[in-house]
Formats: sequence, structure tokens, C-alpha cells
Amino acid sequence: MGLPQVEELLGGQYVYTVSELTREIKILLEETIPPVWVRGEITNFKHHQPSGHMYFSLKDERAQIRCVMWRSRNLNLRFIPADGMKVYVHGRVVVYEARGEYQIEVEELLPVGIGELALAFEELKRKLKEEGLFDPEHKKPIPRYPERIGIVTSETGAAIRDLVSIIWRRFPSVELILCPVRVQGEGAAQEIAAAIEAFNEYGQVDVLIVGRGGGSLEDLWAFNEEIVARAIFRSRIPIISAVGHEIDFSIADFVADQRAPTPSAAAEMVVPDRRELLRRIQLLMSKSYRHLERRIAHLRDRLKAIQSSYAFRWPENLVSQHRQRLDELARRLEAGLEHRLEVQRHKLEGLTQRLESLSPEATLRRGYSITLDEGTGRLLREADQLKDGRVCVQLWRGRLKAEVTEALPGETWRTLKLKTSRASRRRGSDAA
Amino acid sequence: MTEKKQEPRSFEAAMQRLEEIAAALEAGDLPLEESVKLFEEGMELTRYCASRLEEAERKLKKLIRRGEGFELEIME
Repeated sequence: MGLPQVEELLGGQYVYTVSELTREIKILLEETIPPVWVRGEITNFKHHQPSGHMYFSLKDERAQIRCVMWRSRNLNLRFIPADGMKVYVHGRVVVYEARGEYQIEVEELLPVGIGELALAFEELKRKLKEEGLFDPEHKKPIPRYPERIGIVTSETGAAIRDLVSIIWRRFPSVELILCPVRVQGEGAAQEIAAAIEAFNEYGQVDVLIVGRGGGSLEDLWAFNEEIVARAIFRSRIPIISAVGHEIDFSIADFVADQRAPTPSAAAEMVVPDRRELLRRIQLLMSKSYRHLERRIAHLRDRLKAIQSSYAFRWPENLVSQHRQRLDELARRLEAGLEHRLEVQRHKLEGLTQRLESLSPEATLRRGYSITLDEGTGRLLREADQLKDGRVCVQLWRGRLKAEVTEALPGETWRTLKLKTSRASRRRGSDAA
Repeated sequence: MTEKKQEPRSFEAAMQRLEEIAAALEAGDLPLEESVKLFEEGMELTRYCASRLEEAERKLKKLIRRGEGFELEIME
């Protein structure tokens, strides 16, 4: 028959099986393209059940690429992907041999927008980590009993109030020095870094607390900036970072010598509690007393033995003098410490009661409110004090931020029309 | 480190000395006279530490740059 041989037709070239060729392609693709970030729009999104894996395509105007995000990875997603969403994807290009398709195996998925901040965060974190800024060997020990503590935070925030009150409650004689900074907005990071440097130049503090209270990712952003991270790293003074609420981690947290989840936690970390210390001191001294007492008792026994065996006259009163002196010292010690603790406890109780009676809580509950100048945080008593500007009104529950449109210095509360309560007042007997 | 008996260098030094004294008295290998002296020193330190832990009127200070140096300003 005239049929040509297969080999002739193929010009003597090697004939691949489908599997072999696919394997070659797989090796070529997977080995030459490192893990990448890709930006695109999600399309054909499917969250497969029950496997939990996510399948979708990423597209732009001209191309598409298949993506898969395994369940183990997508469990940590903080948002639900959907068609039309613009995202960043981080992952490796892999070939799915069974279908002859290449796709991205997605490790991370971030929405564009919030994604931009998160991306910058991840990138900076990676970079500083590689440079060794987070390495444990750079962590300086925090002194156990600091004499002076430097604080870098806002002058007006809740953080400084919490820090001051908790630190002094725990360890009253420690000195606190604040270098006030803006903790959010334009220029905040520069101010924070400069404050850390200022404390290092000043030099006379044992430890620094750098932080602020909780807020959104954008609010906390200054603490994710490189300039702050580098200032923390350069600091010769050990630094405790205290940024936001417990769940937030900032770049500053990774570089700091110690991370506190909140400013209050930093306050608890930085000084020991005086009651525990007093207990510790008492324990040390009473242990010492017991050892000494045992020793004297032992000596006395020996003395007695000597006296009886040798009928030797020994100046016994020398030993009993020691014993008496020790007893006397111990009495003074116990009395002193107990008295101190008692006095402190009374003082504290008195203070607590006074604080409670001074608290405006009850007044606020009755419908009154406190108005503060938002700029200075100053309490406003007269309309004169603020002609225009922003105020912060503290109600019993919650707070209002408001813009003053007009100040009426002449008006008194007597001319105020209390519309809401009038009806109920008419019904009830209004003694006031 | 050698401290004067009356004025410890710092709270930390005082606490450390107290621990040393307790350990020395526990070991019990010093002459009795010296042990009693140590105990007395311990009491002095205790007094110092307790005074450092007493409530005190404290003012928050603000670090302010002035030319080449710094100033501390008392905050209200």
C-alpha cells in the first residue's frame, strides 16, 4: 500500500504525549515566573461548596486570567469578593494539567482602596523585616523600675489620660514627661519620629511609651510609616509601643522593644504595682527576720549546752541583747508597713468617694450637657468664650461634635424653651 | 556596686540590695553581729522603698525644645 510511514510524515521529530507537553509547559511557567502581585477586576466569581475554594477570573480591558483561592487561604479574608470588584492578588502562576489551563494560585486578596494601605503596610513590613528591624537581638530590655518615663502621644487624647492615671496609681513617684505630637493626619508621622529623637537627645528618661488610642486603619496610619519605624529602631532608649485597640498591629509594634496592645496596657507594663511591691518587701523582711531568729535560737541552745557541760560562764546577755534588738526592729518594721498600707487604703477610699461625688454623671443623666472647645479641649461656661468654631458636646450617653453658628452671650437658661419636657412637666407636679 | 546606707541610688538599687540582704541572711554564714547589721540596713531600705511608693502630688511635664537644649514645662 502507498501510505507513508508515520516517521516520514513527522520529519523524524519527537512525538510528545499530551501529558509530556503539558508537563514541559508547567515547568517552564512555574519556574520562570516568581510569585507576583496582579491588579484586576473580578469576574465569574464562584465560592464552591462544600469545598470552600474560590474560583474566579481577573480581567482588564484586554485579557483575563483564571484564579483559584483555596479554602485555607480565603478563610482569613476580611471581605467577600464579588464580580466587578477591583482587587490586588498575590500568588503564583500554576498550570492545572487536567484542563490544560494556567491560573494564579492566590495567596492574598486585597480590595483596591483599603487595599492600597494594606498593600503599603505589607510591603513596608516585608522590607523592614528583611533589613532586620524586627529581629529579637535588637530588642532592648525594659527597665523594671523606671524613674522617668517619656511619653509620645497627643496632648488631648484619651491615651495620655489613661497612661498618667494608671502609671501614678501603680507607682506614684515616677516622673512623667510628655512630648506632645499629632497622632493622625498630615505630618503626624514626622512629629512622632521627631519626638522620639528629641527624647534621645534629651536623654534623661529610662523608657519611652509611643502610641495613641484606637481608631480606623487610616487614623492609626502614622504608626505604620517608615520614618516612625526607623526612629524607633534608632532610639537608644527602650520603647514600648501602644497603638490602638488590641486587634491592631502596627509597624511600630514590630520594631518597638515591647508591644502593648493599648495605652492602658502599656501603663501596666511599664511600672510594677506598688501593692505587690510592698508585699514583696514585707515578705523579704519577714523571711530575713525568721532566719535571723532561728540563728539566734540555735546559738542560745549551743550556749546552754556549753554552759552546762563546761560550767563555763558565758556572757549570755550578749546573745539576748541581739535577740531583743531584732525583736524590736521587727516590731517597728511591721508597724511601719502596716500603718503605711492602712493610710494608703484610707486615702484611696477617700479619693474614690470624692471622685464619685464630683462626677458629673448624675447631672448629665438629668439631661444637662458639657460643652468643650474642640480645639483647646477647654470647658465652655460662657457664650463669650467661643464666638465661632467647633465644639464637642458631652451628653449622658454619647458625644456630639458641632459647629457654632452663632453665640448669644446675653441669653440665660431661663429663656430656654425646654420643648421636650414641657408636656411631662405639665402633667407632673413641678416643684422646681 | 557600693551604696551608701542612707541613700540608695535608685528604687531598683534598693530592691536589689534588699534581695541580697534576704539571701545573705538566709544563707546564714555571716557572723551574728554582721547579720543584725544587715537586717537593720534592710529596714532602712524598706523605709526608703515604702516612701517612694507613697502617694505624691505629681505634675505631668512637657518636653520643650529651647535652642540647643530642652526645658520641662509643668502642665496644668
